[in-house]
Amino acid sequence: ASAGSGKVHYLPYYLPCPEIFSIKLQYTEEKRIQLFPQLFYQQPRVLAPKRQDVLTVTPWLAPIVWEGTFNPEILDSAYRPLNLTIGVTAFAVGKYTRFARRFLESAEQHFMRGYQVNYYIFTDSPEALPQVQLRPGRRLVAVPIQKRSGWQEISMRRMEAISGHVARLGHGEVQYLFCLDIDMVFHNPWGPETLGDMVAAIHPGYFQVPREQFPYERRSSSAAFIPEGEGDFYYGGAVFGGLVGKVYEFTKTCHMAILADKANGIMAAWQEESHLNRHFLSHKPSKLLSPEYIWDDRKPKPPEIRLIRFSTVDKNYREVRD
Amino acid sequence: RRDVLLLTPWLAPVVWEGTFSRDILNAQYVQKNLVTGVVTFAVEKYWFFIEGFLRSANKYFLAGHPVNFYLFTDNPEKIPHLQMAPENHLFVIPVQNHSGWQDVSTSRMEILSRYTHSQLQHEVDYLYSMDIDLQLLADVGVEIIDALVATISSWHFTPHRQSKACEPRPEPPAASPEGEWDFYYTASFFGGSVAEVSELARACSEGVMEGGEGAVGARWRDEGPLNQYLVHRKPTRLLSPEYYWGADL
Repeated sequence: ASAGSGKVHYLPYYLPCPEIFSIKLQYTEEKRIQLFPQLFYQQPRVLAPKRQDVLTVTPWLAPIVWEGTFNPEILDSAYRPLNLTIGVTAFAVGKYTRFARRFLESAEQHFMRGYQVNYYIFTDSPEALPQVQLRPGRRLVAVPIQKRSGWQEISMRRMEAISGHVARLGHGEVQYLFCLDIDMVFHNPWGPETLGDMVAAIHPGYFQVPREQFPYERRSSSAAFIPEGEGDFYYGGAVFGGLVGKVYEFTKTCHMAILADKANGIMAAWQEESHLNRHFLSHKPSKLLSPEYIWDDRKPKPPEIRLIRFSTVDKNYREVRD
Repeated sequence: RRDVLLLTPWLAPVVWEGTFSRDILNAQYVQKNLVTGVVTFAVEKYWFFIEGFLRSANKYFLAGHPVNFYLFTDNPEKIPHLQMAPENHLFVIPVQNHSGWQDVSTSRMEILSRYTHSQLQHEVDYLYSMDIDLQLLADVGVEIIDALVATISSWHFTPHRQSKACEPRPEPPAASPEGEWDFYYTASFFGGSVAEVSELARACSEGVMEGGEGAVGARWRDEGPLNQYLVHRKPTRLLSPEYYWGADL
């Protein structure tokens, strides 16, 4: 496929996985939020914004979650009574199984405390998964997946694996689902402030730069192409989530786009992260998480980041990526 | 905007001029093929406001999107002939004239509850209640569309406001103790998804009919129950006082 010729051309969609179309997803209706019980807390002030140093609402009126913008008690009092189960997907494939222990132990400490959680750990070696003591109401499910060659291939097949798994989930098993990278650790609370219809996280490397510098896929022959002059934010592929039905649609669409690229012999600059960004440009998330929720410990912490909740484990990339 | 609160502690956006892009929001709204309704009441002398309201709302309320206006009135013959925009519709629903305008106002919530349940839920996706004496002066667009939307009252927003003598204006009802209010919302403009509005109207009509005491004006009688309800069932989006500026301010 030639890039930048300026003519419109149609991308053939080769579909080697016909079973995807025959999957009908049944998912629960969103439960109505019930009455909040009485709570006493400081009155919010119309003329006193909590954070003046950062953007807290997008132009399409989606909240951007930063420390200080929300009251965890109010949100807990709304969400706890709904008896939710939150799902988490993470991929521990090949050498990445070594990260599972710290991921799970720190999640038990900080992720959705007080809620039911199902960890879905996708792995090609279930026996290598650690035995981690889980709190009550939380369980771990090892999801076997095919061995693949090369870290890019593993990374790109995640969308397919997640959408396939969601389709097989029991009705009502989870209401919300987060898809996280496993080579990361929780350091601070991650709670119901993150719940929303479709949630994306702002990449820590690109929240301080203009859109021209976002590493979007710039070749027009890719399905992840974003032209110059477009783009809201650069979202990180390590964190996304939302209502389980929305996550299914999103991962299925991304997988289709990845297949289309494959058929055209092109791989997007940052693999599924490029496709994620393309998707969220046209289908804007209903809630954004600040880089507090997707930090890179190698970066120095600027004053805007008051709390690091979830960040990368220091690792030797060459060694784990083979 | 750095000078005002844009996000409540429960992460509901507060809509102020300059904080949103109507183009993006319009594109999202159009994709979903939605119909929004407006409910308004014109009883007794208030028929006088019908023309002004419909003219300005037809022009400025969700311009370019289909809107159903439901006008509840005891004077259907006094409604002037108006050219509505092609995508809008006007439905006139006669109501009975009760003795005294206070009584009619207290049953607004009851009428809203009844009609939403029986009819409106099948005709619209989102529903907004507006006072007939509101005149829209600028575009009110799809930034108002969300599950449960309330407007911050300008009365309690103005920093130096003392209680004025022009109309008896009570303080927030003593029924709700200090420290429990988030914001003070006006009953003149609220709305949301038809399911949420139906539930709100039902809860408020029951509250009003039980309480019922006190020398408070008709307009204000809806506000107590509305604010009480919204403390416990928090709005998913707030409209700044730009969206309702009391005429007598």
